Amino acid sequence: MKHYLIPLTASLLGLAACTQPAPPPPVQDPYANMGSGALYQGDLAGGSLAGEATAQYFSDQVGDTVLFPANQTTLSAEARTTLARQAEWLNKHGNFSAVVQGHAEETGTREYNLALGARRASAVQEYLVAQGVSSDRVRTLSFGKERPVEVCSNESCYAQNRRAVTVVSDTGAGS
Amino acid sequence: MFRNLPLAPALALALSVTGAVMTALPALAQDGPLRIEITDGVTEPVAVAIPEFHGDAEAASKIRQVVADDLTGTGLFREIPAEAHLASRDSFTDAVAYEEWRAINAQALVTAEVSGSGEEISVKFRLFDIFAGQPLGDGMQFVARASDWRRAAHKIADQIYSRLTGESAYFDSRVAFVQETGPKDARIKRIGVMDYDGANILWMTDSSSLVLAPQFSPDGKKILYTSFDSGFPQIQSLDVATVSSQPVTQAGDSMAFSPRYSPDGRWIVYSLEKGGNTDIWLMDAATGAQRPLTDSPSIETSPSFSPDGKQIVFESDRSGTPQLYVMGLEGGEPTRISFGEGRYGDPAWSPKGGMIAFTRQLGERFHIGVMRKDGSEEKNLTDSFLDEGPTWAPNGRVIMFTRVTPGGNGEPRLHSVDITGRNMRPMELDFAASDPSWGPLLP
Repeated sequence: MKHYLIPLTASLLGLAACTQPAPPPPVQDPYANMGSGALYQGDLAGGSLAGEATAQYFSDQVGDTVLFPANQTTLSAEARTTLARQAEWLNKHGNFSAVVQGHAEETGTREYNLALGARRASAVQEYLVAQGVSSDRVRTLSFGKERPVEVCSNESCYAQNRRAVTVVSDTGAGS
Repeated sequence: MFRNLPLAPALALALSVTGAVMTALPALAQDGPLRIEITDGVTEPVAVAIPEFHGDAEAASKIRQVVADDLTGTGLFREIPAEAHLASRDSFTDAVAYEEWRAINAQALVTAEVSGSGEEISVKFRLFDIFAGQPLGDGMQFVARASDWRRAAHKIADQIYSRLTGESAYFDSRVAFVQETGPKDARIKRIGVMDYDGANILWMTDSSSLVLAPQFSPDGKKILYTSFDSGFPQIQSLDVATVSSQPVTQAGDSMAFSPRYSPDGRWIVYSLEKGGNTDIWLMDAATGAQRPLTDSPSIETSPSFSPDGKQIVFESDRSGTPQLYVMGLEGGEPTRISFGEGRYGDPAWSPKGGMIAFTRQLGERFHIGVMRKDGSEEKNLTDSFLDEGPTWAPNGRVIMFTRVTPGGNGEPRLHSVDITGRNMRPMELDFAASDPSWGPLLP
């Protein structure tokens, strides 16, 4: 009975503790005498839903793709936002590993584009590792211009094809 | 693995002089023997008469046609149609009625006779300089398995080409390539080998994994290529005779691609990617020992050996955009050789003649071009939405390349162009193909 609604209160207290030296007095449960209430029995493991631990969820909800400007391999602010979410997810799901696939648009020669795709994949890998993902969980691969996602021959498609796609798979390792 | 029967053993070649009599008639309308200078501004093709070959009618007819196609395909020769011929020949040994060939402005005459005994055919041919009124070189006889009749035809055409241009030829040679099927976003690729004219296609890999950019060894017996067989791009070597592949590189966490043999076949130069950075490495083909040739944070790829094996030309974006560089195998600073606008890549050093072919992207157009190793005499030979991947004919006079059409249904096709840029033609293949690699002239 005495732990009724504690989690909310505790977290408010926690937040408040950062800025206010004097915590507010504990809330008195007005229904304390009317039944058993709901008892807090601990946090759920992992802090995530089972449905989140899937490659499908990663690609649909976390976002598996970042885009690059023409001939560039540096990460835009938008790309970094996506990669921060990817890193958070990977850090939460240690049993998954990732292969980052780098791609290039069709203009440009085949072999240079393979190297360009590798650079893009590597930029993503480095960012994920900097966000705390273990480097041995992230491999890179370049498809160059061999696997476009859009097939037209103008900038609207090229912009979608200059990309790095993080493909996760459950390797059973980790926690 | 898709398998073919082993390739035929080298053509049994009998060079027998069939008693040519060098009659010393004075040259009439030309100064010296008939000779085409390819590099000059040839605008008028040499007129060649190739009357029906003697001997077995069916074999004679198809061999004659291949000889004629080889010659006219160069753009250097035109065939005088049979209807215009005044002279009729009853046998291979008939005397040449020079006056009657002169009357129709024939400059050269090819005569031949085909004889066969089941599994084997024999072809004799002679070439005549009409205005000089004499044979141009000795007659020759080629013996081949009946199934190799096209090679016998190419051998004859090679002889004619060499005698009339003074240069080595290229008709009896093969080209490795990648066939492309399926939609643009899920292409299926496999490596094939064909005669230079698209005949006799043999498949070298199945379609189970993505394969790129085959490269013939100097002797034509092996093909290096990049395969995604392991899931990651690595170099494999294919034995053409047995149609079997084995890995050349198998680096754990790096990518290897863009391999080329040295002219003596001893070395393999290629691109190795580590941690996102691609440099050029050199491997001893026999031992597998390897060392880096470049060490730079920029992309270095598409290396190609000079004919003497002492230098390579390659593509690097160290200046900010992809450009061409030349360096010695013993290290030292690479020298930049491309200075035009746009982006340069895919350099291929000509086996003869000192030129380097390349792909140049200028604005939204692509060109196949050539330049000397010091960057001089640069010239664009083609212009399209997307041309790339030049490869040289064994004599350094013709370049084959990939031309890609734009759009969702766009696809690659093989084309060839001579180094004057005037004789551009699509390969007659009924499928999409890319990444040609022209092998050596066969013995």
